[in-house]
Amino acid sequence: MSDLKTKVAFAQSTETIDGNIATINFGPTHPSTHGIFQNVLKVDGEKIISSEQTVGYIHRAFEKLSERRPYNQITPITDRLNYCSSPINNMGWEMTVEKLIGAEIPKRVQYMRVIIMELARIADHLICNSVIGVDAGALTSFFYPFTEREKIYELYEEICGARLTTNIGRIGGFERDFTPAFHTKLQSFLKTFPKAFEEFDSMLARNRIFMDRTKGAGPISAERALAYSFSGPNLRATGVDYDVRAMHPYSSYEDFDFIIPVGVNGDTYDRFMVRQEEIRQSVRIIEQAYKNLPEGSYKADLPDFYLPEKADVYNNMEALIYHFKIVMGETEIPPGEVYHSVEGGNGELGFYLISDGGRTPYRLQFRRPCFIYYQAYPEMISGMSISDAVLTLSSMNVIAGELDA
Amino acid sequence: MEKLNNEAILNLIQGAFPNDVLFHEEPYGLLTIEVPATKGHEMIQWLKNHEELSVNYLTNIAAVHYPEDAGREFAVVYQLHSWKNQFRLRLKCYLPKENVSIASLVDIFPGANWMERESYDFFGVEFIGHPDLRRILNEESMDYFPMRKEFALEDDTREDKDDRYFGRNNL
Repeated sequence: MSDLKTKVAFAQSTETIDGNIATINFGPTHPSTHGIFQNVLKVDGEKIISSEQTVGYIHRAFEKLSERRPYNQITPITDRLNYCSSPINNMGWEMTVEKLIGAEIPKRVQYMRVIIMELARIADHLICNSVIGVDAGALTSFFYPFTEREKIYELYEEICGARLTTNIGRIGGFERDFTPAFHTKLQSFLKTFPKAFEEFDSMLARNRIFMDRTKGAGPISAERALAYSFSGPNLRATGVDYDVRAMHPYSSYEDFDFIIPVGVNGDTYDRFMVRQEEIRQSVRIIEQAYKNLPEGSYKADLPDFYLPEKADVYNNMEALIYHFKIVMGETEIPPGEVYHSVEGGNGELGFYLISDGGRTPYRLQFRRPCFIYYQAYPEMISGMSISDAVLTLSSMNVIAGELDA
Repeated sequence: MEKLNNEAILNLIQGAFPNDVLFHEEPYGLLTIEVPATKGHEMIQWLKNHEELSVNYLTNIAAVHYPEDAGREFAVVYQLHSWKNQFRLRLKCYLPKENVSIASLVDIFPGANWMERESYDFFGVEFIGHPDLRRILNEESMDYFPMRKEFALEDDTREDKDDRYFGRNNL
């Protein structure tokens, strides 16, 4: 046995680059890129020497589009950023506008938002983590969480009727209160999800093969991650406990008791484990918010922004006037400049909004977390093998829609 | 530790750069200062290295186009964050349209690389010292900067989408 070890060590120490460097295209439509982006890799055998990224394949000019859309019509644009957790984007945008107009939001709306945003975080992390499994060769673990994700999508449906691009909520609250069906479904979800999740967890978290594949794959140090303005689970996996929910609480996050999990090595395994723990914490937050859901209105008193009930529009003069004012853009919007950020599925999702008092934003910039951290990818995979590059990419949770805006 | 308030932060900055804070305000509690474009890089470096302030995180870089504002047509807006003191800071540099250029931050924050490429791609802001200033989201052969205000989103022969409907009369 010791003989074999010496031989292996000898072979490794004498392994040299033979100067035969090949260029391969990893993407744009490789199945493991989970979206359309290209990496041109220079490889020596299996080892990556360097890589060059091309992004922008699905650029849809969201920032330009926003300059010609009234505020309530921008919510559907935000769906299409990180489409794995659209409700967080929708509500981040709604909260930005509410901040601009200085709206008072009822406690009930804030708690309802927290419940939905945490459901979205669970859905987002479930996809990302199960896809890491797929890229490591474990397909079963991809199908298990999809049953649970389906339940989350049914919960969205109960609120807004849509599943993926949700356009959930409105400026000032929700279009309706939680329905009785929502309550039933949420209660059953809270009851069954933790068990189903632990089943998924047990397939990968302590799986020898999975650990061997993911430990040490695509690591980044905390210093480098900070220099690259990382945020979200990718940053926390390096050991930095930055979370917008804790540092700048919004929507009453300060009321809830939750832990911010951090990793140590910043590699694929740590990113996976941080997300797993965040899912557990999200369940805790939902339980707390649901248990303490305050009584009150599901919408703020914002007649200038919040579209009135359809029934009222047909029967009530005042509602009709407001409906027209909102749709025809007669609403007074204060000029101002506001930055609001939320903890999205993959990091700090920020909205930098400049209003000149017009009906549409003068300038709206999205701080898209994965656009910012994806630039560190070549550094993270250099010296790794191609299969590690695949794992690193999926564990970074790069969502093409958000990357390309 | 006492939490630094905006006034204390501003005093510290003005102490080190007595003539360079051209304007300051606090929209929605976020300290916003305007500095000359030539001083932006130096000030951000100083903010990062300052022991007490320790502005360690670059949140984002946004460019804005104000075609009406002669001599200050472009603004580059840096949003910075100090985690130690939990404050955000917005730094604005205005640039004239004849010389839309500013020093790159890549040597301070490597993450500024793509943020600056994006601002170049959409607004044509030249970042001096940037290692790889190419278009990023648009295709390479594009010969204009699409987020500038002169490029209307709609076809200007259309009459049904008048700018007056969007609350503006003279764009």
